[in-house]
Amino acid sequence: MTDELTRRQLLERAAMGGAAITFPGILAACGSSGSKASEGTTSVEQKLAKTLNFSNWTLYMDTKGKTFPSLEAFQKKTGVHVNYVEDINDNASFFAKIQGPLSRGQSIDRDIVVLTDNDRYLSLMIKKGWAEKLDKSAIPNIKNLVDVQKHPNFDPNRDYSLPWQSGMTGIAYNDTLTDPVLSVDDLLEGPKLKGKITVLNSMGDAMTLVMLSNGDDPTKVTDKTWNAAYSRIKKAVDNKQIRQFTGNDYAPILARGDLMAAMSWSGDIAQLGNKHIHWNVPEAGGALWTDNMLIPKGGNVYTASVYMNYVYDPKVQGLMEAGDPKRKIKGIYYIPPVKGAGEAAKQYDPAVAKNTLIFPTASMLSKVKIFDSKALNNQKYLEQWGNLVSG
Amino acid sequence: MNWFHRHRGLTPYLLLAPGVVFLAVFFLVPLGFLAYQSLESGNFDIGFSFTWSWSNYWDALHNYKAQFIRSLEYAGIATALALVISYPVAYWIAFRGGRWKNLLLLFIVAPFFVTYLIRTLAWETILSDNGFVVNTLQSLHVLGPSGRLLATSTAVVTGITYNFLPFMALPLYVSLEQIDERLIEAAEDLYASKLQAFLRVTFPLSLPGVVAGTLLTFIPAAGDFINAQLLGSTNNHMIGNVIQSKFLESTDYPAAAAMSFILMAGILVAVFLYARLVGTEQLTGTAA
Repeated sequence: MTDELTRRQLLERAAMGGAAITFPGILAACGSSGSKASEGTTSVEQKLAKTLNFSNWTLYMDTKGKTFPSLEAFQKKTGVHVNYVEDINDNASFFAKIQGPLSRGQSIDRDIVVLTDNDRYLSLMIKKGWAEKLDKSAIPNIKNLVDVQKHPNFDPNRDYSLPWQSGMTGIAYNDTLTDPVLSVDDLLEGPKLKGKITVLNSMGDAMTLVMLSNGDDPTKVTDKTWNAAYSRIKKAVDNKQIRQFTGNDYAPILARGDLMAAMSWSGDIAQLGNKHIHWNVPEAGGALWTDNMLIPKGGNVYTASVYMNYVYDPKVQGLMEAGDPKRKIKGIYYIPPVKGAGEAAKQYDPAVAKNTLIFPTASMLSKVKIFDSKALNNQKYLEQWGNLVSG
Repeated sequence: MNWFHRHRGLTPYLLLAPGVVFLAVFFLVPLGFLAYQSLESGNFDIGFSFTWSWSNYWDALHNYKAQFIRSLEYAGIATALALVISYPVAYWIAFRGGRWKNLLLLFIVAPFFVTYLIRTLAWETILSDNGFVVNTLQSLHVLGPSGRLLATSTAVVTGITYNFLPFMALPLYVSLEQIDERLIEAAEDLYASKLQAFLRVTFPLSLPGVVAGTLLTFIPAAGDFINAQLLGSTNNHMIGNVIQSKFLESTDYPAAAAMSFILMAGILVAVFLYARLVGTEQLTGTAA
């Protein structure tokens, strides 16, 4: 009796085995991906956790060498260790990372995350019920919140969110390569800048600047003003005026000298500290945006609220913002949302307290606008913008 | 007789099991899910529902024809360049490398100990507007005074060629290395010139390597988006960039899924035509 398999039999059976497994696999995968709604916790336990997990953007905390002085001081004061993770590079991709677990009602192991108000994901988090309510009884310092930030339309009573820092969107230029670039007209149509400029890929930022330059109101977008701004940018793409659309990766390209000018964020330029690179609010006006702290579903509400209360102490905020040259602490250099932070900052570093990129003047603030939040969620606009930026 | 002995016919299935399970879980299940998603409609805010929405496919083809064609074009040029660059290198290592063969192969692979992203970013510096390469080309009048390389199609194709070169060079080396040199000697003994010997003996025998190399280069290159994102401008974006942005920025999952399938189909058709042209036996090497 020969029970040896021929090579041919082996291959045939292998092929059958392969085919047999294929179709059930596909069918199994097509099962519904319905999400379980997670029940919100109603009673908040007022007990501090051992660790606070905090996701933030890069270069967004006071530093001393590789340590974070304000986080260490918080630990000294409360005993809570802050696990500080700089894993947010842009709103869209961070949201893409966390939306899977959140939609399935799973925790993302974070107590605080930071998202921007001129992108749609912040309001989406609140609308979808993926953010925990703040424990305001633990945040008496909420009284120091600057007035303009008290009633944003995505969270009218600040039940779910508190500002982390604000910033402005304007134009930066390199004075060794070009004359001052002070307007969107120069940026998008100046013949000398052809192929030497970048525009932000964030719809709210870019559209605010172009609409203001068109003489339109970016806080109330209509199809007409949208189309005017859209076709103006499209034209600059087709003419090869715009070299690339970027996130904050324009900074190294600008510093290297490959760009003459870039649509950019104030704090990046303040942090860059290059004396040839100047930042300004365009003549027709710029954009104002605010990054907001949120407690994602499943985060520890009380501990996160205690931390928020801590950073809303003007003395703490002032130090975080300005740093302290005497103790070699480097500040955040964006715009603080906390009343009295400027006064406090003066004690640590008078130069920073005078820097208008960090403590902008009233006339600067009067020129910056917040983009229409309805337009941020308009599917047609989003699609058009996505195609422009990626096509 | 023990159980295994009696059920000897099961051996092939048992041997296959780990591979099949792996493929089923990590390839077929996600693929099935993607197919399902590509036929959904709706948007992220109101949710998606399955509606056999074939229009996702037509819309994708209609709106992004340019990017699909560009992807196949860039990948095709990069594959051809990689072949032209790698063949002499692989040939030289296989026939003239002697005891240095392993070291020379290591040189080809060495850059790949550095991550993909860093390697591509390095090209950003090399091709920079104020860099050595652009300055040299400008002084030779190859580029105009305001000409540039970065953020052009040249930079994207260069980046892809560089990043996928080893996938071409290594299969070429393997098939060239296996050639019995006595066959070439025999050809020369029969009065073939060096060129004839190469064209009639060496090259046909190396075809399995050429086929494997071109497929390994072309397929991933067509779906690449890093090179176009970092080295290209808005006018050089490939379909990978569109899919990435649909998935991560506009959260338009059905459109992104449909595009992934169209890309897959496009690549399959291209590979099929290619296989018909050179013959599938070249891939498995049975002709050699």
